[in-house]
Amino acid sequence: MYTPDNIFTTTIDKAVRWSRTQSMWPVTFGLACCAIEMMAAGSAKYDLARYGMEVFRASPRQADLMIVAGRVSQKMAPVLRQVYDQMADPKWVIAMGACSSTGGMFNNYALVQGVDHIVPVDIYVPGCPPGPQSLMHGILTLHEKIMDGEINR
Amino acid sequence: MKNNNIKKSKLSNFKNKLDFWATNSEEGGWNVSSTDEGSQKMLENENEKQIKIQTGTEVVDDFVIEEETSDDERMIVNMGPQHPSTHGVLRLQAELEGEVVRRVKPIIGYLHTGMEKTGEELNYFQGPTNTTRMDYLSPLFNELVFSLTTEKLIGIEVPKRAETIRILMTELNRVSSHLVALATGGMDIGALSMMIFGFRERELILDFFEKTTGLRMNHNFIRPGGVAADLPDGWQKDVEEILKIIPEKLQDYDDMLLDNPIWKGRLQNVGILTTEECFAYGITGPSLRASGYTWDLRKSQPYSGIENYDFDIPVLKEGDVFARWRVKVLEIFESLKIIEQAMNNMPKGPYKVQDKKITPPPRKRLDESMEALIHHFKIYTEGFKVPEGDAYVAVESPRGELGCYIVSDGSSKPYRMHVRGPSFCNLQALPVIMTDSPIADAVAAIASLDPVIGDVDR
Repeated sequence: MYTPDNIFTTTIDKAVRWSRTQSMWPVTFGLACCAIEMMAAGSAKYDLARYGMEVFRASPRQADLMIVAGRVSQKMAPVLRQVYDQMADPKWVIAMGACSSTGGMFNNYALVQGVDHIVPVDIYVPGCPPGPQSLMHGILTLHEKIMDGEINR
Repeated sequence: MKNNNIKKSKLSNFKNKLDFWATNSEEGGWNVSSTDEGSQKMLENENEKQIKIQTGTEVVDDFVIEEETSDDERMIVNMGPQHPSTHGVLRLQAELEGEVVRRVKPIIGYLHTGMEKTGEELNYFQGPTNTTRMDYLSPLFNELVFSLTTEKLIGIEVPKRAETIRILMTELNRVSSHLVALATGGMDIGALSMMIFGFRERELILDFFEKTTGLRMNHNFIRPGGVAADLPDGWQKDVEEILKIIPEKLQDYDDMLLDNPIWKGRLQNVGILTTEECFAYGITGPSLRASGYTWDLRKSQPYSGIENYDFDIPVLKEGDVFARWRVKVLEIFESLKIIEQAMNNMPKGPYKVQDKKITPPPRKRLDESMEALIHHFKIYTEGFKVPEGDAYVAVESPRGELGCYIVSDGSSKPYRMHVRGPSFCNLQALPVIMTDSPIADAVAAIASLDPVIGDVDR
């Protein structure tokens, strides 16, 4: 069968996965120190725009990814869950930094000991705070996970 | 007699209103005074006459509540806690009349981390690890103030080189912190180029911090008894580069913004704070200096030998958002002066106090001496004991007076550690600034106060 040069074939499955990775918009969920590093990752030197991610959406309805950047207090936990619930499917969560992953160095009355108590987490990024490079590594790992993992979410 | 009747009818009118609310909540309606996030009700509006009656300046025979404008024209709007321009997780409850903010109530505590409590569980040697995470834009100042307080309690003096390294690092930190304030302030108002510029220049300083301390933020570098490490090889070259590049870039900012009619129109005569209001609310730092009062702890209560440096305190009279922005830019120039002097006059010698009770032996000695190993182990596990007493030390952080108060019971951990966060005090001025101004100016006002919520909530 003749196929012209400017057409290529793929499966729906692959096309969907690829499109999910290439413009993954994060919701602005900066909480503490990690938020500054998240902003640094979005600015000139590290430039998240390379992955189609520079548009940090203020509205959770328009976002696919929640980067929980910083320590989550008991008071903030219901707000975080609400923002997560407002996001449209499919959605992913990155726990950025030691505090949001495990509670970090603050094992006390005030903090939620890991954001995975509240929302399902896909990627944990270690560090206190993780540098922009670490965050980008986390994002690229998430991309790999989307390309290889379950398509139904 | 006639007059009395009118008064009575007004009173019953008010009663009806109360009944309406009461019945509404009884029927399972929306109850304003209790939700899962606490009270959603704003404080009762006290009008001038009521205050006068209560204070006794006006005497009336009958207690009458004046009716106000209709509540239908007012709307309560929540800003935050998840909002791109509240500089962290600050929540503002604003009562709007049309587009004008009539009342505002900042609600804090969404980032409460219990750091003062954690501080009681960490010994003095580990303390800076905790305090550095409070005000995450100026971590070195937090470490400095904790270390200075501990040193005051013990009664030791750190070597000259340690002091000069502290000054060099903290002033660099002031520059990086102000750059973020300018960047995020610009972003909030819509000057997105400013955001990119500010973070670009900040990277220069963070690279130097990473080289010196090992981390970009939350360094744990300044510790009781000195600093954690000496400056790296070739540090002068890096600092010289910073001193050369930052003024050029600041000139770029001025070219872009200083005579920019949009920027000026947006910021001038907006969010004015008078000197008296600053005193009343305990506002310090650039916000106070932008309101025309010369007050800088580096001059009035010098620490770490900063009295030996030659620098000026920029003060502006206007007290508006523009003045607060301008003061920060001018302060960067003054900090660069201090950095240059510290670089040129860096003394030689040890960078930690030579007291074996406080400073652990160097790593090299551990392989040679049993005693050194024991000593090292003791300091890292138990820490060092601090004599009984209490001490308060304050430093001038980029946001104002940052103080630390420690009560010691003679053990190796503080009995109580309290931090006077400048952002917390400055944030209290927000209702003063925002009342009777358009909601669009509120964003500019928050940005100009430059609160760091980590410092507010701790």
